[in-house]
Amino acid sequence: MSLTAYLASCVTDGGIVSPMAGFLSPELASRAQFGWTISVHIIFAALSIGLAPFIVYFTWKDVRTESAVYARLQSFWLKIFAVGFVMGTVTGIPMSFQFGTNFPGFSEVAGELIGGPLAFEAKMAFFLEAVFLGVLLFGRDRVSDLQYVASSVLVGVGAWLSGFWILVVNAWMQTPRGYEMISRNGMEVARLTDPVAAFFNPRMGWMYVHMVNAAVVSVALFVGGVAAYFVWKKRDATAWQLALKMAIAVLLVTAPLQAVHGDAYARHVEDTQPQKFAAMEGHYETGQADLHLIAIPTSPDSITDPRAENLFTVSIPGVASFLASGGDFGAEVTGLDAYEENPPVPLVFWSFRIMVGLGFLFIGLALWGGVRLYQDRLSESDRYLKSMMATTPLGFGALLTGWYVTEIGRQPWVIQDVLKTSEAASPTLSSAEATGTLVLFVVVYVGLILAALAVLKWLIEDELDRIDVHERPGDSGHGPIPEVGGDD
Amino acid sequence: MTDLSPGGTLPAGGALSVLPADHYLHPSLPTVWFGAVMFALTMYLALDGFDFGIGLLYATRDEEADRETLLAAFGPVWDANEVWLVAFGTMLLAAFPRVYSKLLADHYLVTIAFVMALLFRGVAPELREQRDEERWQRACDRSFVAGSALAPLFFGLLAGSWVFAVSPVSLPAVLTGVGLVALSVVTGAAFLAAKTRPELAASVSRYGIAATAVYLVGVVALLGVVVATDASGAGTIRSIPGVAVVVLSALAGCFGVVFAHREQYRAWLVSAFSLPILLATLLGALLYPTIYPSTGLTVADAAVSPLALNMTTVLGFPVLLVVLWYFRFLYGVFSGPVRSESYSP
Repeated sequence: MSLTAYLASCVTDGGIVSPMAGFLSPELASRAQFGWTISVHIIFAALSIGLAPFIVYFTWKDVRTESAVYARLQSFWLKIFAVGFVMGTVTGIPMSFQFGTNFPGFSEVAGELIGGPLAFEAKMAFFLEAVFLGVLLFGRDRVSDLQYVASSVLVGVGAWLSGFWILVVNAWMQTPRGYEMISRNGMEVARLTDPVAAFFNPRMGWMYVHMVNAAVVSVALFVGGVAAYFVWKKRDATAWQLALKMAIAVLLVTAPLQAVHGDAYARHVEDTQPQKFAAMEGHYETGQADLHLIAIPTSPDSITDPRAENLFTVSIPGVASFLASGGDFGAEVTGLDAYEENPPVPLVFWSFRIMVGLGFLFIGLALWGGVRLYQDRLSESDRYLKSMMATTPLGFGALLTGWYVTEIGRQPWVIQDVLKTSEAASPTLSSAEATGTLVLFVVVYVGLILAALAVLKWLIEDELDRIDVHERPGDSGHGPIPEVGGDD
Repeated sequence: MTDLSPGGTLPAGGALSVLPADHYLHPSLPTVWFGAVMFALTMYLALDGFDFGIGLLYATRDEEADRETLLAAFGPVWDANEVWLVAFGTMLLAAFPRVYSKLLADHYLVTIAFVMALLFRGVAPELREQRDEERWQRACDRSFVAGSALAPLFFGLLAGSWVFAVSPVSLPAVLTGVGLVALSVVTGAAFLAAKTRPELAASVSRYGIAATAVYLVGVVALLGVVVATDASGAGTIRSIPGVAVVVLSALAGCFGVVFAHREQYRAWLVSAFSLPILLATLLGALLYPTIYPSTGLTVADAAVSPLALNMTTVLGFPVLLVVLWYFRFLYGVFSGPVRSESYSP
């Protein structure tokens, strides 16, 4: 069969294509594509949310004090913010269009509930951020100081409001409220009955605090890691010592808050989405739940089986019950055996563990940094600086795995107990189309990530030049010796 | 306290509880929303349209200084302009979710191609200025030009196949796409002419004049094809409002050419930007009341229930006015001749 005839048959088959051809089912390809695009987008979205307060602070101090230190920090991080915002825009628009292209059932069933908040996001938040970022980046000598600082504040307000409306939508998908199912144009769709209940659904507050705080933690680690690198290269780089101190101060508050809040959040998940909680804890039989530190199926055949029951575990008896109930080691916790169809448990279980583990690592780093700061020995400790450098991207890793818990843990539902993901996927999409665009998105977004990393590398190299650190020729990697320039 | 049981609701409270749930605030609210969605589309066609035009005209510039001038005109506003696309999409979803899902799912490949073109257009200028290296900048330039050319083409294919209920690879859709590319060059050239030094203005205005001719011929050809094949919308085009839009476009185009010739660039700007407004008016006339012609879905059938639309009206419309106000601020800040300044002083 010729290639064109074959492709034509893929299209006319309406998506039923032999797996031998290497095409995924349209539903699986759509899920992979959406998951991949949001995984990339969320890093840039979190960068905007987390970096915004830093930008506001640096801009304000720059205008108020006219100190070279703040001017430097403002300029450096504003460039990163600008690149991140553009990346966020260009990765986010394809993502939002996939509600229609790949999951038209979701748009149609939930349109009344999600359309309003998404439109508010565009009108109240995205415009605000885009318009005033234009002023912030290009308008320094065209607006007054007050307008300039106000622009930075409005960019930050835009970023945080954007997160708010997007999370209104996502929280509604976890704990839908304020709607009723009606029949329209021959389809069962959700009709809005109570906007307040729908927007301020039970999950909303939990999710917003956890997400915004996660973004701030991630960015504090990013800022701290970059600052640690410059301090390590040049111990008396004043601006970067200041940035490092700020990052540690922010982490000292936000990292422990994330753990305390996350613990209570998990109890809320057990109350409202017991199936997700059971997947997070790998808890199969309804009853007292142990806390598995590790759980691995004993038979290799079961590795991908979400209902695998023969597990090798390292567990603390009753602790999952204790965590779920807020103090009772014997509390009954619903197990995965109560459901007919379960999410891919290993992904949820391990994502959760990675997120929690990283969260504790961040608390440790914050405390360690706090002690060093108190002793005034921050820039002396190579070990601490290197640890901060190694942790630079890990905040985003924790944030991503947290989202995997939230989104994969809700499967097979796209809207909890209302609409299954399989029902939301496009019935007209063919395997060839879906697989083709999935490959395209993977290639293009990998390219974007590489470009973003290259830009970061160049900005860091420029900054090294500026603070006058020169690597000796041939001296690579092993403790470069900073040479202090005369004018610094 | 929050009721956590599935299906439980908070008591409806606050200002939103006064909104009627059984009838629209005004019987014509779905029509008003159709107008609001078309307004967002107009803003997108006009504003991101001139961004695309700048990208296309960029291909005609060999001097680095000219290129930087074009990028400086583009830089502060393009992202905000592109948000009108998101406003259009989300307002369509909020008011007419069935149209949103049908439109995008039925035109899968062309939609993905369009957003990919937007992606390449958007990142290129940002990445370009991060490195002063010939090969890197040439690669970014190619991405910028290709994205700026393909985005209006694909958007036109999408719009054409929506409005005329045809395949994206049919003649009406292709003519719509080509028309949008030409229109982008017209508005891009008019915008640049009003904002740059005389030699550059004179040079881009020649392209703008040629593009005006292509656009007008394209529109006439498109409407001729639609009427000849009796595609969806043929009746509207033969009607008096349909003919009026075409005549007004021809007048605006001809006046624009005259203004461009006489170097009256401000007047050209006005006549050039009336073209996308007229085009969007025509699209609106073609889509009302049958908002999704290929299935015959009407505005009344597709609209969400009263409470949802009342709520988005009360919360959304005032915000839209605020948006328009600060858009004016943005264009005010960057009014006057372009200076090719970059980020940090």
